Amino acid sequence: MNTFKGFVIKEFKQIYRDKRTLLVLFGMPVIMMVLFGFAIRNEISDAQIGVLDFSRDDVTQTLTHKLQASKSFTVNAWLESYEEVEDLFRQGNIKEIVVFEQNFAEKLEREGVADIQVITDATDPNLAKLVQAYTGSIVRDYVADLNAENGIEIQQAGLQPEVRMMYNPELRSVNLFVPGLIAIILMLISALMTSISITREKEMGNMEILLVSPLKPYHIIIGKVLPYMVLSIVNVLTILLLARFVFEVPFRGSNLFFFLEAGLFIMTALALGVFISSAANNQQTAMMVSLAGLLLPTVLLSGFIFPVSSMPEVLQWVSHFIPAKWFLVIVRGIMLKGSDLMLVWKETLILGVMTAGFIGLSLKKFNVRLQ
Amino acid sequence: MKTIVHISSVSKNFGKVEALKNISFEVKEGELFGLIGPDGAGKTTLFRIINTLLLPDEGTATVLDHDVEKDYKTIRPLLGYMPGHFSLYQDLTVEENLQFFASVFGTTLEENYELVAPIYSQLEPFKNRLAGALSGGMKQKLALSCALIHKPELLLLDEPTTGVDAVSRKEFWDMLQSLKKEGITIVVSTPYMDEANLCDRVALIQEGEIMQIDEPQRIVNSFEKPLLGVKSPQTYKLLRALQQYKWTDSIHPFGEYMHYTDKRGKPNLVSLKTYLFDQGISDVQIKPVQPNIEDAFMALMHNGLEE
Repeated sequence: MNTFKGFVIKEFKQIYRDKRTLLVLFGMPVIMMVLFGFAIRNEISDAQIGVLDFSRDDVTQTLTHKLQASKSFTVNAWLESYEEVEDLFRQGNIKEIVVFEQNFAEKLEREGVADIQVITDATDPNLAKLVQAYTGSIVRDYVADLNAENGIEIQQAGLQPEVRMMYNPELRSVNLFVPGLIAIILMLISALMTSISITREKEMGNMEILLVSPLKPYHIIIGKVLPYMVLSIVNVLTILLLARFVFEVPFRGSNLFFFLEAGLFIMTALALGVFISSAANNQQTAMMVSLAGLLLPTVLLSGFIFPVSSMPEVLQWVSHFIPAKWFLVIVRGIMLKGSDLMLVWKETLILGVMTAGFIGLSLKKFNVRLQ
Repeated sequence: MKTIVHISSVSKNFGKVEALKNISFEVKEGELFGLIGPDGAGKTTLFRIINTLLLPDEGTATVLDHDVEKDYKTIRPLLGYMPGHFSLYQDLTVEENLQFFASVFGTTLEENYELVAPIYSQLEPFKNRLAGALSGGMKQKLALSCALIHKPELLLLDEPTTGVDAVSRKEFWDMLQSLKKEGITIVVSTPYMDEANLCDRVALIQEGEIMQIDEPQRIVNSFEKPLLGVKSPQTYKLLRALQQYKWTDSIHPFGEYMHYTDKRGKPNLVSLKTYLFDQGISDVQIKPVQPNIEDAFMALMHNGLEE
């Protein structure tokens, strides 16, 4: 037991001595949170739009005012004809043009249906979609008001059926990024750092002595993994605190359940790190494999930035093998919906099986010899 | 006397490379056994078979009567191993390194202080210095202390003096001599042939084969050809001229003298002098010299390559 204790103490000392790495490890979550929270936003504010009003009656004016009044839009152009649309888009400032058909109010009153055309500049498709969705919701609000006032049923003004944005009604992107960030940071610290730290022993020739020593393979693995586990938990805490108190991300689920699930994912990442280091013989390989093989898929295929459901089918299949994908479902569930184990048992089970598999594989691959 | 290491017809391949070809030898208790050979000769592979980190493809190896394959768990704690290019933990201090290796081998620095004291006492003034900041010689002393800290019965040192200055090398070998007196069996490898004299017995190993195993003095005695030392202020010109001389069997520079052997066995001093004079080399001195261990090795390796 003393043997193992000595090993763990050495590991903590080494991490603690490496001040620069330590700074990166603790600073990274904060920097990433700030970047994703403030700089990289999916919501729109003050998007410039134009209005082409063929009707110019009370209803179209009220709608235009409503668009103008929302924080998302600034009505910046008043068009006379369709010919101007392309010119405006070419200039690039106007992202959307709302067109009201002739006799808008009259048709609305008589037939209960009037058409609004929404033309967007889809050079930035994400932005176009968002602008469209925002416009839709403003129009729907207005229709709802009308219904309430008149006590009569007026059909939708030529737009999509009603959509309710549940759990994240303001569509705040920071709410979505936090779970993804947790996944990325855990991958980075647990998997990357563990694999580097184990391969460093190999590179420096120390692994040979550790193997010859009375330390058992699992002693070496656990000793290596333990400090990074502690680091990871501290980082999860940092992100959560920042998320709740700086970015006001809601947290609806149970804290304990969240930390249990995070613990499970940390185990997955650590197991992956050990697995990588059992195959790689130097730090460089370990780093490349961790970055390309773990971090990229975690960012791109887990649903962190791009929704899994909009990927091509092949990639959707691939995404099933990315642990972070399941973790994201779980954490988003816990944070935004308040899910408990009943709701995410399937994802938890998948993560658990993956972890057990990787631990098994790395223990098997972690040789008592050099070959 | 007890046999500590017994290697019998061991072969080891890495893919197509034959690292060891049918090697056999024994190391007796209390012996300081040297493995001498150039880089890539197979010395490290041999160490890794003795310390159970590699398994032989053919043949058997036993350490302290335990088989390296079946009983590796019994063998490992009995070994003190210092790998080649071993670099300690650069970010730990001298003392922390020693304490770490002590704890990993289930002992403490205090418990076995006596054993490492002669070596470690030189390092103690720097005990709070990071190992990465030590000089090459001090690093090797610390590494030796780390390998010794658990009182091993067999000490395996893979090229401990490579990259170390001459003074530190001498000190290091002095330490090995005193460890030998303590009764510890030592197997040490080195690419420096002059260090062979300091071993009880040496094995000359080249391209995975053992050329000869014997006491250093007897290896020297096996060098039978008359040896001449040739000297001139124009060293380089002399070397070129001797290399081109038709009767030259071997020529190796040693300090200020060139060690020369003749294809005819007994050299003809007069014709050699005339030849050098014709080549325009002045102030030539020629005298018979006693062969040293390096001459013997060079000859053995030369023959080995020709076979």
